Amino acid sequence: MLLLTAGFNPFTAGEGDFEPPTIGEFYPEVIAFEGTPFALNRIMLIRLLVTTLLIVLFTLWANRFRKSTATGQFVPGRFQMFGEISLNFVRKSIAHEQLGEKDGDRFLPLLTTIFFIVLGMNITGIVPGLNIAGTSVIGLPIILAGAAYVTFIYAGVKAHGVMFFKNALFPAGVPKAFYVLVTPIEFLSTFILRPVTLALRLMMNMIAGHLLLVLCFTATHFFVLYADGAFKAFGLLTFTFGFVFTLFEILVAFLQAYVFTLLTTVYIQLSLADEH
Amino acid sequence: MQIIQLAAETVTQVSQVTGNLGVLGYGLAAIGPGIGVGLVVSKTIESIARQPELAARLQVTMWLGIAFTEALALIGLATPFIFAA
Repeated sequence: MLLLTAGFNPFTAGEGDFEPPTIGEFYPEVIAFEGTPFALNRIMLIRLLVTTLLIVLFTLWANRFRKSTATGQFVPGRFQMFGEISLNFVRKSIAHEQLGEKDGDRFLPLLTTIFFIVLGMNITGIVPGLNIAGTSVIGLPIILAGAAYVTFIYAGVKAHGVMFFKNALFPAGVPKAFYVLVTPIEFLSTFILRPVTLALRLMMNMIAGHLLLVLCFTATHFFVLYADGAFKAFGLLTFTFGFVFTLFEILVAFLQAYVFTLLTTVYIQLSLADEH
Repeated sequence: MQIIQLAAETVTQVSQVTGNLGVLGYGLAAIGPGIGVGLVVSKTIESIARQPELAARLQVTMWLGIAFTEALALIGLATPFIFAA
């Protein structure tokens, strides 16, 4: 309604029409290698860029840490401090807290990788030139969820052998007759829903955030440039909302990285736990 | 006779709903998780008020609870795209 009164008439729509974002946002045109499995579009290029940056960042950090212990310079500089804080965040408050020191350090490489990949890919959703999250198309979330899935099953099988599956599907303390009900539910929730929800949660958060941001900023563009008269003021409103929502998206990027890593850790912990 | 015909026409016209059913579906799907997340956070606030020394531990559990309940709302957002004919 507002758009109609603001001058957008769908029957005479011309150059200045408002096109709300569609799901096509996540299927940009292919830039290179069209037709092959290695087709590159904007989202793939963003993923490659973030992967490269992460590799560079971690190499620099590793060199810095090694240099500081080798030369005995124990007062960290700013870059080293930043690295220590970030890596200790995953190590202490996620891995050690949920899994304890020994197991926490055992699974730490996977958890750190998951955390930083998700964080790096999510944050590109608000970076001005890139503007779309690398995790907003299903491929990458599926891979990360798959890694978490394989890891918690591996952890369970390593700790308990084949009994892991028996303990997971036939929990102790349930009267025998109820296993007809409980086992399918347990199977569904443990072996199917866990990876699926991990992937979907991450992807849908990024999709919803991106669509909302695109909506705000295209609405601002439309109102400021193509609306009649007093409706231009709505451009300011949508711009403010877009700004505030960008800050919210930064929070969501961190939060989704934290939640993904935390859930992986909790699933590993549940697999390792001894049955009472 | 004519009145009945007119009434039938009006009824058939009024009963036509247009628009996107997926949007309606998501709106309905978001009710449950909305209440759910509210419950999780409110319980966490209560528990932190009762035992402030456990705040960090409770906060971690809160994020876990929010992630699980919010997953359903997000799957509701995804289903129109999955079942797009």
